[in-house]
Amino acid sequence: MATVTRVNTETVLEVKDLRTYFRTRWGTVKAVDGISFDLRKGETLGIVGESGCGKSVTMLSLMRLIPIPPGRIVSGEIILDGDDLVQLSEDEMAQMRGKKIALIIQDPMTSLNPVFSIGDQVEEAIKIHQDLPKRSIAEAALQVLRKVNIPAAESRVKDYPHQMSGGMRQRVVGAIGISCQPQVLIADEPTTSLDVTIQAQYLKLLKDLQKDSDLSLIFITHDFGIVAKMCDRVAVMYAGRIVEHGSVRDIFNNPSHPYTEALLASVPKMDRDVERLYSIEGQPPPLHNLPVGCSFADRCPSVMDKCREQYPETTTVSEGHSANCWKLE
Amino acid sequence: MQKYLVRRFLLAFVTLLSVSLIIFIMSRVSGDPRHIYLDDYSTQEDWDRMGAVLGLDKPYYQQYGIFLKGAVRGDFGESVREARPVTDVVIERAPATLLLGTVAFTFSLLIGVPLGILSAVKRGTLIDSFGKFIALIGQSAPPFWLGIMLMFFFAVKLGVLPPYGKQDWNSIILPAVTLGWYYAAANLRLVRSAMLDVLDSEYIKLARAKGVNSRTIILKHAFRNALIPPLTFAGVTLGALVTGSLVVETVFAWPGLGRLAIEALFAFDYPLLQGVVITFTLLYVTAAFVVDVLYAYVDPRIRYA
Repeated sequence: MATVTRVNTETVLEVKDLRTYFRTRWGTVKAVDGISFDLRKGETLGIVGESGCGKSVTMLSLMRLIPIPPGRIVSGEIILDGDDLVQLSEDEMAQMRGKKIALIIQDPMTSLNPVFSIGDQVEEAIKIHQDLPKRSIAEAALQVLRKVNIPAAESRVKDYPHQMSGGMRQRVVGAIGISCQPQVLIADEPTTSLDVTIQAQYLKLLKDLQKDSDLSLIFITHDFGIVAKMCDRVAVMYAGRIVEHGSVRDIFNNPSHPYTEALLASVPKMDRDVERLYSIEGQPPPLHNLPVGCSFADRCPSVMDKCREQYPETTTVSEGHSANCWKLE
Repeated sequence: MQKYLVRRFLLAFVTLLSVSLIIFIMSRVSGDPRHIYLDDYSTQEDWDRMGAVLGLDKPYYQQYGIFLKGAVRGDFGESVREARPVTDVVIERAPATLLLGTVAFTFSLLIGVPLGILSAVKRGTLIDSFGKFIALIGQSAPPFWLGIMLMFFFAVKLGVLPPYGKQDWNSIILPAVTLGWYYAAANLRLVRSAMLDVLDSEYIKLARAKGVNSRTIILKHAFRNALIPPLTFAGVTLGALVTGSLVVETVFAWPGLGRLAIEALFAFDYPLLQGVVITFTLLYVTAAFVVDVLYAYVDPRIRYA
């Protein structure tokens, strides 16, 4: 379980009824279909769900990096520090990226530009957002590389990505993410392609960085182990919507949506001997052709008639814990 | 980097040596050169004396040695047709070909690269269709036909450009366009597809996430990566443009090496032809070497390999 950190009540990021649709030849894909959440200062929010549930599109929407066309943020608000990111012009948004809201992407092997040195790539972000003389930029880049524990940073700045290991590259990506002291850092499965020991080191590093600068983190993952270790609160996504939302304790101890229960049941446990791992029957519904009622109805063990008629409203389970399921009524 | 350059240089040297051997073998296979130098009234004595002068009385490996020794000093013998050293004739004609090749190469880059970038960035728009049209013509129209059509339109119908020869500065336009169009088309397609791949990559996503604006993304982050495939191709292009001008030089009566090769061929002037082929090889290998160096400059993965 996550150590209960003293969470500031100040809200940094507020997402209201965000909808991101993609127009495809099969119809409109509602990749993100009306999600709302907020993020407080110094807090870590986990967004969990299986592949294709809209986690990454949520992340890209927050950064306004949805490829347009075919994608489009149809409606909603993303309020960061008083500005609605959805309403900003492309140039204004570019000013925000990296400075107030930053991103760590999944694959360290492909996320650094192969033809520029590590130093160049870290310095670039600083150069864009901070008006500093050349030498100070280099010094700041070096400092941030030291912060993410790159050994012998002063000699490695001249290296190119192909000269570094995956773990080191992911540290560099992290360094780029925090280089301009953003308020919100989105980490999209940042450890998926790292091996377990490197993964643990990296997660610890992120935690330390967060503590240092009161950073708010959004952690996108499908790994409940990471959620337990890293997050304060969790939003469980299914078919483009948040189906359950609560503190880590609530979600683990009292999962209220059948999908959350099923997800937790499918996590392998060390202390139990089972023949087969639990898996959820069936496939998520196609996002271009969502059923009328609850999108989980077809896979749900406790499905009722009502579930197929109407999408369940948000029900509060306890303070700060809510879920969308008819059985909670 | 040094190791890479040394390796490339050695490779270039080996290429030149192999070509010289092929040329030597072909010249011996194609018959005794004395048949060209001597006429029907020559005696056996003339034949033997000529053989001694040309070194034909020695074994083949020694003959090759003599040939190489001459080649290194720039001595390829005498042109039969012009009765003066091959080297003099080649040096006289080389500048015209180099000029044409360079201009055509520049043209192919100036048209192909920007249009390739635009086609990728504005995929599916009118600009992209225009790019496809230019590429289609360039890659499907044979140069001799394209050359005659351009000549017909711009020189005969409009009368704005000279139809052939090398007189004024503007007489290079038609042959250079004819020669360069194919490579402009190839560059366009290469840059376009490389650019599309790169723009879709994770590091472009990360660069945008840093707050880099779209213009810098395209011109700095994407372009330098998208340059790698066309640059590889440029090694071939540059050589081919400098040497592959046989057809175009003939169509436009351009007084360069390509036309010299054709003239030498028809006149059975085989020492001259041999000299031209060696010169072509030298130019080709030099161009490829220059491109290899540039390649290493652009792509650090090569530099440190």
